[in-house]
Amino acid sequence: MAAVLTRDIVKTFDEINAVNGISLRVPDGEFMVLLGPSGCGKTTLLRIICGLEQQTSGDLLIGGNIVNDIPPRARGIAMMFQSYGLYPHYTVRNNIAFPLRTQRMPSQDIQKKVGWAAQLLGIGHLLDRRPRQLSGGERQRVALARALVREPTALLLDEPLSNLDAKLRTSARQEIKNFQQRVGLTTIYVTHDQVEAMGMGDRIAVIDHGRVRQVGTPIEIYQDPADLFVATFVGAPPMNIVTCNGGGYLGFRPENFLPRDMIGDDGVTEFSFRVDRSEYLGSERIVYGVMDGFDSKQPITAKLPPAHVAEGSVRPGEWHRFAVKNSELRRFEASGNRSTRH
Amino acid sequence: MAVIAEPVAKPISRFRFVLDRRDVLETVMVAPAILYVLLLVGLPLLLAVFYSLSAYTIYNPTWKFVGLANFEQILQNPTFLDTLRNTFVFTFGSQLLGLVLGKFGAFLLLQPFPGRKIVRALIILPFAVPVALATIAWQWMFDSLYSVINWTMIAAGLVTREEAPNWLGNPYLAMLCIIIINAWRFFPFAIVIFLAGITAVPQDVIDAATVDGAGFWRRNYQIILPMILPMVAIGLIFGIVFTFTDLSIVFLLTMGGPGGATSVLGFEGFQTGIVSGDVAHGAAISLFMLPVLLVVVIFTLRFIRRREI
Repeated sequence: MAAVLTRDIVKTFDEINAVNGISLRVPDGEFMVLLGPSGCGKTTLLRIICGLEQQTSGDLLIGGNIVNDIPPRARGIAMMFQSYGLYPHYTVRNNIAFPLRTQRMPSQDIQKKVGWAAQLLGIGHLLDRRPRQLSGGERQRVALARALVREPTALLLDEPLSNLDAKLRTSARQEIKNFQQRVGLTTIYVTHDQVEAMGMGDRIAVIDHGRVRQVGTPIEIYQDPADLFVATFVGAPPMNIVTCNGGGYLGFRPENFLPRDMIGDDGVTEFSFRVDRSEYLGSERIVYGVMDGFDSKQPITAKLPPAHVAEGSVRPGEWHRFAVKNSELRRFEASGNRSTRH
Repeated sequence: MAVIAEPVAKPISRFRFVLDRRDVLETVMVAPAILYVLLLVGLPLLLAVFYSLSAYTIYNPTWKFVGLANFEQILQNPTFLDTLRNTFVFTFGSQLLGLVLGKFGAFLLLQPFPGRKIVRALIILPFAVPVALATIAWQWMFDSLYSVINWTMIAAGLVTREEAPNWLGNPYLAMLCIIIINAWRFFPFAIVIFLAGITAVPQDVIDAATVDGAGFWRRNYQIILPMILPMVAIGLIFGIVFTFTDLSIVFLLTMGGPGGATSVLGFEGFQTGIVSGDVAHGAAISLFMLPVLLVVVIFTLRFIRRREI
C-alpha cells in the first residue's frame, strides 16, 4: 500500500488539454473521490495513474518513487473498470487468477490466493461460472476480487457502480466503503455521482475542465465551496446563486432558505420570495420561485421539511417573507472564486 | 329532390390484403431463395449422388445401379490416395499460411499510420482479382526461365543461375507454389476477419489485462485470440471448404503436375468426370470430399457453440 502523488500532470489529446495541470496528494490508506461532470478529465487522470495513458508532462509518484516511465504491469496498481472488463472466455476462478499468473506465481499459491479473494467478497460459490452467467452485482464483486487478489499498492475504481440498478448501487456503495476501511487500501474512485462522492469519500477532489477546483472532506466541499462551480455542482438542488448589488454573487443552500418565522431572530437576512411552483417529494417539499431585487440564472429553490410547512401556507403566485441565517450565506467574487470569510 | 349518389358497396376481394399477412409475405419473400438453392445446389448434388452410384459415362449413358463399386475402385487406385494427401496438404498448408499472414496483416493495419485507409482498401485486391489473371501473373513469377523471383535471388547473390530453383518442375516446390498462391488469395479475407474480431473486443477487457500485468504476447494469445476464436473458426470453415473444392489454381498453374504432385480432388474429379468422360468415377471422386467436409464443419460448429461467450 502506498501514497499516490501527482505533480502538475498535463495530458493533451490533439491540442486539447484533457488534464490541465493536476496536483493531487492521496495519502496511504485514503479513500479519495474524483468528482466531476463527464469529460472533465477525471477518467484520463485515473488512466494516467495506472499507466494506460502517458502524461504529456508532470510527475506521478507512487510510494515516493517516480513511476512516469514504468509500464502498468510493474506499477502494482489495480483498476476496476466501468464495465468491469472481465475476461468472457475464462471462468471466475481464472479471471481472478489472471493477475497472479502474469506474475508467474506458483499454481498452488494461486489457488490459495484465489480462494482468499473469493471468500473475502463472498463469491466462493461462483468460481466455476463464466462472466455471462453472473448478475451485475456478482460481476462487480468478481472484478473487485480480481483487482484485490494480488494485494495492489493502490486501487483505482472508474465509475464501478454505474452499471448497477439503483437499489443494488446503495448496498454496493456500503460494501465497497466497508471493504476499503477493513483493508485500509489507498483508493481513488472516479464518479460523476455526488451521492457516491459524498457518501464514500474521505476526501473529494472536484474536477472541471481538467483542473482541480477544490479538494476537501465532504463537509468542506458542501459547506464551504471554493468557487461557483463547486457550489452549483454539489448539492441537489444546487446552491442558489444570486447577483449582488455591489458586484459578485451571493449563495445559499436551498435547505437554509426558509420561511421567516421558521428561523430564530438573530443574524438573519430577509428576502421577499414569490413561489411559482412546488413539488412534494415525501420527505421534503421543494418550492421554486423568484426573489425580489435579485437576479438569478436559475429559479431560486427552497427545500422545506413538509412536517413544518403545510400545503396551504406557501401558496404559488404569492410573495412570502423568507430568510437565511447570515452564517449560511456564502459570498463569491465576480470571478467566481469564494470571497474571504467575514 | 336532389339525389345524393349512393355509395356502391364494392365487394372487397379476399386477396386484397393478402400481402399484409405476415405468414404469406414470409413465404413469398423466402421462396426465391429456397428455389434457387434447391435448383442450383440441391439438384446437382442429387444428380452427382446418382452418377456416383451408377455406371454412367458419356460414351455409355446408362443409369445402371452399381452400388458403391465406383468408390471401391477409386480407393484401390494409388494415384487417388496421393491426390487425397495432396488435397489435405494444399488445404491446411494454405489456410495456415493465410491465417498467419492475416493475423500479422490485421495487427499492422490496426496501427495508425498515414494512408491506412487506402492500404486497408487495397489489401482486399488479391481477393477481388479474377483467379485466372492472378494465377497467370504468378505463373510468370514461377516460370523456369523468366522467374522474377529467381532473377532477384541471383542478382542478390543468394543463388547461382545453375542452382536457381525450378519452382513448378520440382514436386515439393510446385506444391509450395500452389499453397502460396492460395494463401495469397485467402489472406485478405483473413485480415478482414481478424480486424473485425479484434476491433470487437471491448477496450475495457484489453485495458484490464494490461493493468493486470499482461504484456503484448499474453494479451494477444490469452485474451484477444481466444475471444475472437469463434469468428476466426467461421472464416476457417469458409477457407477450408473453398480450398477443398477448388481446382482453378491447379488447373491453371500445374495441371496436377509434375507427376501428379499437385493433383487435388477437385482437379482429379474434373479430369476423370469431364475430360475423360467417366462421369460415374468423377462424381465418386468429387463426392469423396463431402463426408470429410461435413465432419470438419460439424466439429468446427460444435467448437464454436461451446466457446460461445
